[in-house]
Amino acid sequence: MNQIPSLIAVFAYLSLLTVGGGMAAYPEMETLSVNVHHWVTQDQLVHFYSLGQMAPGPNLNMVAAIGAHVAGVAGAFAVLLAFYAPTGLFALIIGRLWIRLENWPWRTSIQNGLAPTALGLMLAGLLTFGKTALRLGHSAEAFLIGLNWIAVAMAVLVLVLMLRTKINPALLVLACGVIGAFTFR
Amino acid sequence: MSEASASAAAAPTAPVAKPSILDIFIQFLIIGATSFGGGAVAYLKSSLVTKNKWLDDKTFLELFSISQSLPGLNTTNMAILAGDRLRGASGAFAAVVGVILPGAILMTAAGIVYGMHADRPLVTAALKGVAAAASGLLFATFISLASKTLRGWLDVVFIAIAVIAVNWFHVSVLYVLLAVATLATIAYRPRRSDKTLERPAS
Repeated sequence: MNQIPSLIAVFAYLSLLTVGGGMAAYPEMETLSVNVHHWVTQDQLVHFYSLGQMAPGPNLNMVAAIGAHVAGVAGAFAVLLAFYAPTGLFALIIGRLWIRLENWPWRTSIQNGLAPTALGLMLAGLLTFGKTALRLGHSAEAFLIGLNWIAVAMAVLVLVLMLRTKINPALLVLACGVIGAFTFR
Repeated sequence: MSEASASAAAAPTAPVAKPSILDIFIQFLIIGATSFGGGAVAYLKSSLVTKNKWLDDKTFLELFSISQSLPGLNTTNMAILAGDRLRGASGAFAAVVGVILPGAILMTAAGIVYGMHADRPLVTAALKGVAAAASGLLFATFISLASKTLRGWLDVVFIAIAVIAVNWFHVSVLYVLLAVATLATIAYRPRRSDKTLERPAS
């Protein structure tokens, strides 16, 4: 069955939710691509998102991996276009308008209002992501009990290194991949 | 008189040659190929402001604050806003395609290869490690972002509302986005005192 029209519709919609970063769209991405369209499993989505952290450029280029997984190169191309074109056009038009509205008092209000909204949605996305990424196998148990504590320890170590040092995050991700290959088999 | 001399004095130092569309594409392609780890904004700044001097510091910060209040990723929004400043709509197009292209090709290849090898236990185990690292990485991004932009308890309330609505009640992100953004914008509405401040001194 041709999935490309649904891929385009879903990723064009998701792109509108990426306020302040891609993580904001993650819960909706999970709902639509796992539960509604069955393109990927929860684990596969986490894998793709994590691989996206190792690739250069915008980390949401991982949407191309979903497109490719579902419908090959054409699927990847369709998803990329759907994901980047509408918001790109929007950014171009509103960007020009926004500069002219420099002295409009509500401009500051909107920016101040969007800042906590973006943070809240990012944290919500992170929790959804972490629930799958740090869980033990396919455990359906309560979240805390089903945690894979080795994975949690790795995540905390990465967190601390990121906040305390200037180490390249792609290296950390790669290192954890190697450690994981030996630990989680 | 004074105007004429002022413009004459400004003339020699004025515009540095604008980059061509190709220059823009190549610079953004380099950024797209080398900005590992999600922090593309730092790469953008070092390329656009420090290395090529296409934008000054103030313009860069202004564009960055706009890019954060638009839907879409910061990196692509910045590419579009900067490209538009340099060469209009075609500059924006060249910049955004350049910054996306390398990662997009890699991730397309990853998606295809994944389908062929993902059932191997070694690959699954490695990806579990990668996912654990990504969780830590993304959480670090959240913390550094929050420490830079949080302004008070009201912000914390809005964050809590968003998280509870999405993770507890499974409300669609779209509705949460619209509701919390509206609520927070109204909470931070322009005050009368701000307006008097903005009036030019007579």
